[in-house]
Amino acid sequence: MQVVVCAKQIPDPATPYELEPDTHLLVRPTEQILDDTDRYGVEMGLQLAQASEGTVTLVSMGPAGNMQGIRQALAMGADKAVIVDDPSLRGSDALTTARVLAEVIKREGFDLVIAGTESTDGYSGVVPQMVAELLGVPALTYATAVTAGDGSVTIHRQTAAGYDIVEADLPAVVSVTAGVVEPRYPTFKGIMEAKKKPVETLSVSDLGLEPDIRQKVVSVEPAPERQAGEIVEDDGEAYLRIVELLEKVKVI
Amino acid sequence: MADLSFHTPDPKDFLDLRSELSDEERLLADTVRSFVEDKILPDVAEWYEAGTFPRELAKEMGQMGLFGMHLEGYGCAGTSNVAYGLACLELEAGDSGTRSFVSVQGSLAMFPIWKFGSEEQKQDWLPRMASGEVIGCFGLTEADAGSDPSSMRTRARRDGSDWIIDGSKMWITNGSIADVAIVWAKTDEGVRGFIVPTDSPGFTANTIHHKASLRASITSELVLDGVRVPDEFVLPGVASMRGPLSCLNEARFGIAWGVVGAARSCYETALEYAIERHQFGRPIASFQLTQAKLVEMMVKVNRAGLVALHLGRMKDEGRLTPHQISFGKMDNVRNALEVARIARSVLGANGITLEYPVIRHMANLETVYTYEGTNEIHTLVMGNAITGIQAFSP
Ligand SMILES: Cc1cc2nc3c(=O)[nH]c(=O)nc-3n(C[C@H](O)[C@H](O)[C@H](O)COP(=O)(O)OP(=O)(O)OC[C@H]3O[C@@H](n4cnc5c(N)ncnc54)[C@H](O)[C@@H]3O)c2cc1C
Repeated sequence: MQVVVCAKQIPDPATPYELEPDTHLLVRPTEQILDDTDRYGVEMGLQLAQASEGTVTLVSMGPAGNMQGIRQALAMGADKAVIVDDPSLRGSDALTTARVLAEVIKREGFDLVIAGTESTDGYSGVVPQMVAELLGVPALTYATAVTAGDGSVTIHRQTAAGYDIVEADLPAVVSVTAGVVEPRYPTFKGIMEAKKKPVETLSVSDLGLEPDIRQKVVSVEPAPERQAGEIVEDDGEAYLRIVELLEKVKVI
Repeated sequence: MADLSFHTPDPKDFLDLRSELSDEERLLADTVRSFVEDKILPDVAEWYEAGTFPRELAKEMGQMGLFGMHLEGYGCAGTSNVAYGLACLELEAGDSGTRSFVSVQGSLAMFPIWKFGSEEQKQDWLPRMASGEVIGCFGLTEADAGSDPSSMRTRARRDGSDWIIDGSKMWITNGSIADVAIVWAKTDEGVRGFIVPTDSPGFTANTIHHKASLRASITSELVLDGVRVPDEFVLPGVASMRGPLSCLNEARFGIAWGVVGAARSCYETALEYAIERHQFGRPIASFQLTQAKLVEMMVKVNRAGLVALHLGRMKDEGRLTPHQISFGKMDNVRNALEVARIARSVLGANGITLEYPVIRHMANLETVYTYEGTNEIHTLVMGNAITGIQAFSP
């Protein structure tokens, strides 16, 4: 099975994020890490590919930098990577990103595309569905478990109450939640071999695309200070107020 | 040239040593670091208190490639020495016991087989040890032979095509959880190394209790009472003290790196604590005395890191001498110990609980100060090198 995993490089969340003052875009350092969300996608892809003697191709969009994040995924075991790095994609919106990814995925060929549900730095949460639509294949989203084989894929789709079992014929796109599988650590041999694996860097013109970014960040405001909470004094009936509050936030 | 006058260095990497590492080295260090964060740090205080080390971790460590990582072939990863050093650093930022586990397996148990073993021995043992399926230990020290291991009493004599080993070893890391022991013994042909399966009749390992240091590591006494091994279990490549000493050089190199991790952990804990902790209405980091401590620790951590990296690059270029390893072992360990003690004082009462890593590192480093050649012995090694006069014995 030919598996494509969408993987994004992001600035290490352990370091403070910086925004460019005029564009409000995230400043991306040369060294970025593999988005933690995508470690799950990569692991899922590796497990499915290994079970079927298939391959895993990473597809990524964004400033390549020193490729540390991509190399991390290659060190885990992915076979090759294609990264689209083009200054005209700065500030790309979800649809543009999906167009670029879908174009590369089409070129590479695929039975199954795996993506995280949303990136840790962007949080749009719609790219996998858009990619599926552009590829004209089913989107199976929010997977907490994935099995594939015999021309079809089955997932457990996370719901508020539990999960739905969703099945589709391949080819298809699956978005996986964190925890779908436990990501492996790159092995030291993998780390040393990662350097020798093929990584192709493309521009948008290589793909014959013209980016049409419709979205602009108009302004950025600091998150509002948290309001002081309500202190419920227990006069013997406090539980009533607490139940009421819990119902209001819909946890009970 | 960019104007750097207003650029503040990273408090956690003041001299930007990370930029001296290759992409590959950084990825490897980050990998070990996340392993330590996921698998060691959450539980290590418990292991420490209980005096245990979870042997089950060996499989996962082996899978990553930690065991014998800088050796070539036989299932070993074959990384550079700097990479090995970085792994030791990140492991010891977790706990010196974890680093000891890996040092003993790779540098003290696998290395002698790799260096002095026969082809059959290498093929038989190394892949299983690299994967963590087989755990090894290294028996050199005896109750009455520590700094002077050549005074050992353990003896092996030939009996037909076999050898019979009698004696005992003391302070042996991993002794009671090991599947195989590399035992050094006197023979008529000089000091030789024996590969002794720990289920051999006559072999017993007794765990040493009541340690107040390196508690998240197993330390044992080995007793060899007429243990019989075939001639194929002797390491053919060496018959002198050069055998065990060359293993120690490998491990000491890893220690010079490892303690930088322990020191870093102490410094970072103290820095964070000093900024958050308020007394007299101000963060304790605002007091000049505290700042002096923080800077002292930061400088020591960076300096020790520089020494380790320099030794690592020299080792990769094949020009590192044992005396220079002594420099790293002696100076980096004592500096790390000082950092731990300073950090301990910054944390006040919290500095004495296992809620914070500092007292654990501080107590651990007392072991590290002593094993693999004491501070004094490395001083004398260097004293000998610069004066040409040896001062070990009259
Ligand atoms: C937790 C732990 C784990 C260990 N693991 C292992 C292991 O896996 N395998 C193994 O073989 N050993 C191991 N050791 C043993 C360790 O290597 C020895 O403890 C060390 O070599 C020192 O020997 P000793 O304790 O007998 O001290 P001694 O040699 O008795 O030294 C006592 C003091 O005298 C000083 N001294 C000795 N000779 C001189 C001299 N000529 N000049 C100046 N000062 C001198 C020493 O520096 C020290 O301060 C371990 C020890 C510990 C504590």
